[in-house]
Amino acid sequence: MLFLWVSDCWGILVPQDNLKKYQFLEHTADAKFQAFGRSLEEAFVNAVYATVSLMWDREKIGRKIQQPVKVQGRDLEQLLVNFLEEILYLLDSQMFLLHSAEKIKIRREAEMYMLEGHFLGDDYGKHYQPYGDVKAITYSEMEIHTNDLFMVQVVVDV
Amino acid sequence: MELERINAYTYKILKHGNMKVPTVIYTSSKLLESIKRDRTLEQAQNVACLPGIQKMAYVMPDGHQGYGFPIGGVAAFDLDNGIISPGGVGYDINCGVRLLKTDFMEKDVEAKKTELLAQIFRSVPAGVGKGGMFQLSRRVLENVCLKGAEWAVDNGYGTRVDLERTEEYGRMKSADPNYLSKRAIERGIPQLGTLGAGNHFLEIQKVDIIYDPDVAKIFGIHSLGQILVMIHCGSRGLGHQVASDYIRAMENKYRTSGLPDRELVNAPIRSELGRQYYKSMGAAVNFAFANRQMIAHCVRDVFQKVLGSSKGMDQVYDVCHNVAKFEKHEIDGKEKDVCIHRKGATRSFGPGREEIPEVYRSVGQPVIIPGSMGTASYILVGTRQAEKLSFGSTAHGAGRMMSRHEARRRFRGEQIKQDLAEKGIELQSTNWRGVAEEAAQAYKDVDEVVRVSHEVGIGKLVVRVVPVGVMKG
Repeated sequence: MLFLWVSDCWGILVPQDNLKKYQFLEHTADAKFQAFGRSLEEAFVNAVYATVSLMWDREKIGRKIQQPVKVQGRDLEQLLVNFLEEILYLLDSQMFLLHSAEKIKIRREAEMYMLEGHFLGDDYGKHYQPYGDVKAITYSEMEIHTNDLFMVQVVVDV
Repeated sequence: MELERINAYTYKILKHGNMKVPTVIYTSSKLLESIKRDRTLEQAQNVACLPGIQKMAYVMPDGHQGYGFPIGGVAAFDLDNGIISPGGVGYDINCGVRLLKTDFMEKDVEAKKTELLAQIFRSVPAGVGKGGMFQLSRRVLENVCLKGAEWAVDNGYGTRVDLERTEEYGRMKSADPNYLSKRAIERGIPQLGTLGAGNHFLEIQKVDIIYDPDVAKIFGIHSLGQILVMIHCGSRGLGHQVASDYIRAMENKYRTSGLPDRELVNAPIRSELGRQYYKSMGAAVNFAFANRQMIAHCVRDVFQKVLGSSKGMDQVYDVCHNVAKFEKHEIDGKEKDVCIHRKGATRSFGPGREEIPEVYRSVGQPVIIPGSMGTASYILVGTRQAEKLSFGSTAHGAGRMMSRHEARRRFRGEQIKQDLAEKGIELQSTNWRGVAEEAAQAYKDVDEVVRVSHEVGIGKLVVRVVPVGVMKG
């Protein structure tokens, strides 16, 4: 698989093509990833997939239940934390396992960022086997790059 | 930054820049190497800059990088001009450890060990997003958060003696579930009585070394080979939600632009938001106490069924690892009320403190330090020295030193199970991946951590235990 890397204006290596949705970086106690996209929305959605990959194989989850998602944040960092927390909230409170995030739209309204869309997935039931836990989404080492190629970096508490 | 060596196990960073107090790190030259590789020292200095901090910002022997505050971080704040910070408590509020003794010896359980562990595995729900023994109503959940382990005992899960032998007697009286968000309650409702996943575990252990027979005896531990049960878990999704909710609320109210790290967000202790966080945190602390109380009850039930008796299965103690609370400490020669934050640290009170149950008051508080999967765990005793050196605190565990990703690359769950089996340790787990991630080699050496605690004098060695059966969430 051909993979081209370029250095962006922050001196961080980012993938030039669209093959990679996210990548994990070394972190002693927790899990740290970068998620990429051609738009902010795509990078946010890929951050959802990176988070989910720590808990279950989303490809194996049915697309049976739709969960509307609507979050806001006073800046993009808070918006991202609130968005990713939806996964944990829906898992604990409704036993919802996510397959995909769809029709995600981010807009600015007055002083706030708003995100809307929905998750597709299935009920935990008996036939799914999650393998890992994410306790919380953190601001630790968080970065959001919004020039040309979009990249978000997140550390989650596992 | 200059790290000054005070003695073999004490290092200090003098006050500089915005630091209001110095930072003191209790460590050994061996452990210091791994501390220097991450952001522990930088984070400890950041804590030393927070308003109202008293005396020193401390790092315990198992310290490592956390969010905002380091793990193994201990700090005390003045009640009038100090702050309270959700990041100084951690996401898993009252993650903690409960220890039960039994009157069984290794030979009594040997033949039934497999069945015992399998039964416990069946009766204590564990794993990612796993629901509990029953669905509670909102009203019942609020009651659980108000009364903690007392709620469980009132409903037949355990005895009054269990409460007496629990930090805060199993209930933080400051708790007010009315300040919990709807989301925190919704996440708590299905999860009471569940172990969770990640580093949480339940172990059947045997006493391996007794360092201090007199104190051990008071703790109910009398013989080598005696069987104990250790339960390590916390407040589950409810506690995580409380942390996230108040980090968000404090950010929105007080902003974070002046802070070196966004996770250090805080509120004045006396402010409305500060008080609300303290009351909500108390509710999460109580949820975790009730959670461990119910799991302990379940374990006794299984012993009764499988071995025909649960007699003598008294609680040794139950300690919090992630908590903030108001305590009296001596500062500048005067006794003073302060708000102590212990994040990945254990209270370690010496003899005489009124917070300790009467049965232990003459020797000091039991301190329970779990090791990693398949390794030894320790029971220490709190000291008067700790009250002088670390606001009555010591370490809480081994502390990770290898990423989960790296652990998965290096180890296989099936192989770990086999290796443990060769050492006579049974393993039950919800999945192999989690087993690989929790491999003992991914953790610091817990033996070295407790040795430092003992040498510094902030928690003295009493008993070492080794596992015979491990259930991993």
